[in-house]
Amino acid sequence: MDQAPGPRRSNALSLHVPAPRARPGDKPDFSGWSFPEPGATPRPDIDAPAFELRDYAYGLVRVLDMEGNALGPWAPHLSPDAMRRALKHMLLTRAFDERMHRAQRQGKTSFYMQSLGEEAIAVAAGMALSPDDMCFPSYRQQGLLIAREYPLIDMMHQIYSNARDPLKGRQLPIMYSSKRAGFFTISGNLATQLPIAVGWSMASAYSGDMRIAAAWVGDGATAEGDFHSAMTFAAVYRAPVIINVTNNQWAISSFQGIAGGDNTTFAARGIGYGVPPLRVDGNDFLAVYAVTQWAAERARANLGPTLIEHFSYRGGPHSTSDDPARYRPADEYRCWPLGDPIERLKQHLVSIGEWSEDQHRAAQEDAAETVRATGREAEKIGTLTEGAHPRSSMFDDVYKDLPWHLRQQRDESGS
Amino acid sequence: MAIMSMIQALNSALDTMMGRDPNVLTFGEDVGYFGGVFKVTEHLQQKYGARRCFDAPISEGGIAGTAIGMAVYGLRPVVEIQFADYMYPAYDQLVSEAAKIRYRSAGEFTVPLTVRMPYGGGIFGGQTHSQSPEALFTHVAGLKTVIPSTPYDAKGLLIAAIEDDDPIIFLEPKRIYNGPFDGRRDRPVVPWSKHDASEVPEGHYTIPLGKAAIVREGADCTILAYGTMVHVALAAAEESGIDSEVIDLRTLVPVDIETIVKSVSKTGRCVIVHEATRTSGYGGELSALVQEHCFYQLEAPIERVTGYDTPYPHALEWEYFPGPSRVIKAMRRVMEAA
Repeated sequence: MDQAPGPRRSNALSLHVPAPRARPGDKPDFSGWSFPEPGATPRPDIDAPAFELRDYAYGLVRVLDMEGNALGPWAPHLSPDAMRRALKHMLLTRAFDERMHRAQRQGKTSFYMQSLGEEAIAVAAGMALSPDDMCFPSYRQQGLLIAREYPLIDMMHQIYSNARDPLKGRQLPIMYSSKRAGFFTISGNLATQLPIAVGWSMASAYSGDMRIAAAWVGDGATAEGDFHSAMTFAAVYRAPVIINVTNNQWAISSFQGIAGGDNTTFAARGIGYGVPPLRVDGNDFLAVYAVTQWAAERARANLGPTLIEHFSYRGGPHSTSDDPARYRPADEYRCWPLGDPIERLKQHLVSIGEWSEDQHRAAQEDAAETVRATGREAEKIGTLTEGAHPRSSMFDDVYKDLPWHLRQQRDESGS
Repeated sequence: MAIMSMIQALNSALDTMMGRDPNVLTFGEDVGYFGGVFKVTEHLQQKYGARRCFDAPISEGGIAGTAIGMAVYGLRPVVEIQFADYMYPAYDQLVSEAAKIRYRSAGEFTVPLTVRMPYGGGIFGGQTHSQSPEALFTHVAGLKTVIPSTPYDAKGLLIAAIEDDDPIIFLEPKRIYNGPFDGRRDRPVVPWSKHDASEVPEGHYTIPLGKAAIVREGADCTILAYGTMVHVALAAAEESGIDSEVIDLRTLVPVDIETIVKSVSKTGRCVIVHEATRTSGYGGELSALVQEHCFYQLEAPIERVTGYDTPYPHALEWEYFPGPSRVIKAMRRVMEAA
């Protein structure tokens, strides 16, 4: 139809298209949001039936208050050493992101994605899971590799697609893969990793293994059919898997309401499947650690899957390819009511006398220096533009053995 | 040796592999207790237990995705998509994941998965139970596509597929599950027991992937076919009186180019037969390959006999189905040319 229809009748239907509260130029608006008090949410037994856990879908598990106190039954009682390690992992993740984002701007690679503001989600899982549990990440869980102490330089080699890139220059930067680190090869099209994670965990159960699987998906990609099929299979076969939804409010320029977040929570998706739904403050390291530990214990006890919604905020752009100032208020991140994950864990360690401003500054500088030094080493091997991989390598690993038609194409390519 | 239909041969392949390898398991819609709507998995749940042969939710994307996860773990899952027409929700998993995981992880993660799908028409299945989607798979780098045409081949190829370390799309021509249909629907159905290739060994054997079979030798015209169309091509060869060589490709990717080139170089004429729609069908690829490899030996333009570029029409199924008469016409055209 070329023209809008004529005057509308009073009882005419109208199409609803959700819109965020604030766009560029507007004041950030988080009014009307209410969260349970830190420490106020009870911690259920790991064998609680899913139907008794429905309220968790609409609450928020919080341990740290905004003064740095760890409160309530979810407090994981980590040793100061473990918490200092967590803080250092998060600082390293942030320093790494900062440098690699800049490296893309300098033309050393084609693409980068930071996890600014979401570091606790991956680092806490990386520490709460067993080292041999299998992770099926989306693209913003670099903190898992850092928490598992995967070599930083190999991450850089991958980002630079240089001669030491473990993935031989085949994958978009940050789409890491490491069997040794229990980190499944990242796919660029979203949510496909979820049914795969469920299947992997079913195979682990089938084989009488001890390992569980954990997967991550963004709020936006929960709208994919794969989220639904993963939840269905996980519930039906009581798969030992944790499905994490990182609700960072934004899917590129679309706010979480476009994925249905205005009508309910993402955790509440679990209720319909009979999967325990936990909703957690994703910027609270201790709370993320505690719910991951709960879900992992439940899975290991053959009690099946858990859906966890990590409520957070994407501090940076979606990737190096977008400018968030064009679709959301520039200061929205600074106004996020649940603070910054690094600051909050730091505050806690300081408040219990296990950390100081000086130590924090030194740790920050240490992280930055580690990244700088590693970056220099990686760049010595090469960056994207330097063509490190022989043309013939393009034809390897399509199949286990090279079939005749690929051999012919390889020969034709002149390699 | 036992006399088996294609269904029994496929069942025997699964039974053989589940008996030999605890990492082999099978699931799909109605696959467990009921044994599958075509009975290919019959008795396997009773024999191996529900953990090794079970029912799946009606979710082809979930079936493919979870099977990929199992294969990544190290199992060798064999899943059934009840009809190939139902595979579209699984396509993303097969194309974006199964086909690419080895490549994108530089060989660290692999997907030794077999996806079985009954395909093809001639059963009055209408447009959602009749399609031949092989070209949607042969176009995807990283997948292998296999189609048997006899019980003997079905078992040997399925075992080879299960043992293969790459993801395999295993398309089963359901029109010939119970007998070698030659495309003449006015004639009584001949059961497999009347056919030599229904003699199937009980135990383990394989037919290598990527190897075609010359099912009829001839000097004047080569017919390239697979699945049900092999039998249609054989009928056409007999009825036409043209001394034709019929090649059953058996594996579409990687295709057995040597056998094709050798035959067409000898006959100088080539007719390609498939049931799938024509445009961008696998016959286009075959035609291009023959042209590239045999141009100077060709005596006539290559002919394609295929389904029409329409959805599978229920009531006009036999107008759509490329039966022996259409194949014979194409054979006459290549024989009369130049």
